[in-house]
Amino acid sequence: MNHPAIQIRGVHKHFGALHALRGVDLTIEQGEFFALLGPNGAGKSTLINILAGLIAPSAGDISVMGFDVQQRYQQARQLLGVVPQELVFDPFFNVREMLRFQAGYFGLGRENDPWVDEVLEGLGLADKANTNMRKLSGGMKRRALIAQALAHKPPVIVLDEPTAGVDVELRQMLWEFIKKLNRDGHTIILTTHYLEEAETLCSRVGMMKQGEIVALDSTANLLNKFAGKHLRLTLGDVQLPPEVQSMVRHVERGVYTFALTNMIQIEYVLSSLRAGGIKVIDMQLNEADLEDVFLSLVGNTAAEHKLASQL
Amino acid sequence: MMNDVKQSITGNQVSSWRGPWTLLKKELLRFWRVSFQTVAAPVITALLYLLIFSHVLDKHVQVYDGVAYTEFLIPGLIMMSVLQNAFANSSSSLIQSKVMGNIVFVLLTPLTHLQFFLAFLIAAIIRGLVVGLCIYLVAMWFVDLTVASPWMLVAFGLLGSALLGTFGIIAGIWADRFDQMAAFQNFIIMPLSFLSGVFYSIHSLPPFWQKVSHLNPFFYMIDGFRYGFFGKGDVSPVLSLLIVAASFLVLALITLKMLKSGYKLRS
Repeated sequence: MNHPAIQIRGVHKHFGALHALRGVDLTIEQGEFFALLGPNGAGKSTLINILAGLIAPSAGDISVMGFDVQQRYQQARQLLGVVPQELVFDPFFNVREMLRFQAGYFGLGRENDPWVDEVLEGLGLADKANTNMRKLSGGMKRRALIAQALAHKPPVIVLDEPTAGVDVELRQMLWEFIKKLNRDGHTIILTTHYLEEAETLCSRVGMMKQGEIVALDSTANLLNKFAGKHLRLTLGDVQLPPEVQSMVRHVERGVYTFALTNMIQIEYVLSSLRAGGIKVIDMQLNEADLEDVFLSLVGNTAAEHKLASQL
Repeated sequence: MMNDVKQSITGNQVSSWRGPWTLLKKELLRFWRVSFQTVAAPVITALLYLLIFSHVLDKHVQVYDGVAYTEFLIPGLIMMSVLQNAFANSSSSLIQSKVMGNIVFVLLTPLTHLQFFLAFLIAAIIRGLVVGLCIYLVAMWFVDLTVASPWMLVAFGLLGSALLGTFGIIAGIWADRFDQMAAFQNFIIMPLSFLSGVFYSIHSLPPFWQKVSHLNPFFYMIDGFRYGFFGKGDVSPVLSLLIVAASFLVLALITLKMLKSGYKLRS
């Protein structure tokens, strides 16, 4: 029987008075590249920590390829590779030693060395293999952290903010390697603040808000369902005619972004501006992106998230 | 494509013993990489005690008939170092991993709570015995010690280091900060080991303090270990062995229960 890669059923988590997860149901099929998005505090990391067995749910259950993460934790963890969000490392050992230890914890020995070499190569760590973890730069430590999660070649890989504070070179290298793993059949679950990464990479998206899944669909469907096009007009400091004010999504330094649901609205906006005596200095028409979907679903709480993605 | 992954999972020969063996190997390497601090330093400390106390008291104190004070002192010093270092190994490894956050690498693995326990326990026993053996080898330059009952040495060496290694795991799990761990060391381990009869026989104490000493599990470990050298002690070695074994069993069960419940490790 072909079990889903991840099956989450009715998961609740209470931290004292805080109801961090409010009945999460989610199924991720094998081979998917799935994005789990949400603002800080939405419950993404709590859900991942329950999946990884680092915390216990208050109610509900999660299974990895059919193995319950609590009742059959050994099998579930064998199939799972989790990249923790915090940049942690063991200062006593070098990169290769750490990867061998990590594979060893999962019961793998020297026969796994070719895979360890492939991971080192794929993540640009080959020339740092014999360097002590303490002596690595922040970006290199992040690569080593990702490599450790992959050391036992898990079929289900969870990347919790893997590119936070990471340079462009690593991001590209990482995504090339992860895309290759996905092509080879590994299931990838990604949480990220960089929504453009999720949009480019992931075939399906789940959005969380205040401990609940508020949207779950293919990336294409979400974009079609929630977003149209954006008309960016440079107008300067003007008073907009009232009939178009409700269409304004964003204003910054005289640049007004109008959210359009169809192309006819372009002429409507322009004619209203002409009638109001407002001159258009510059004009751009953009496709809406996952960020617009995110903002429309998650609302004001996403302001912080959006800011983070722009940094 | 998907078949590649399935094949790689089933293709790898996953060994059930390799996980705990890897954790044990990592724990052994961890202390061996800093052996100047984890082995050499406690050996030097014990030898300083030996030099000072034997110089001051050797001519003035005789605890057992026909046994010089220096000879009396050495087994106690060896055992005290074995116990302190077994405790230090598991407790410091765990608190460091918790504070640094790298304990997560072990928590994400399929290792069972029993395998986790055994790996930390055996590493602590080995560190304790390595330090004890080094002190013994160096002490042989000063005094020609004979061994009356080698099996008692082995039994008390193993059980004592296992007991303190287990206590170290409990302390490492419980403590959240280094100062909490230091409190464990300074307010429990040090007083219990110094007041256990390392430097004296409890028969030289007033009756009240003799009774108090009988409540100290360190006393039985030191006395039993010393019996292995001289064939005599303050209490029966069998009684000591039973008390130490029972204490180990109780602490081991508590530790396994803590690990199984995920106390302070899996919130």
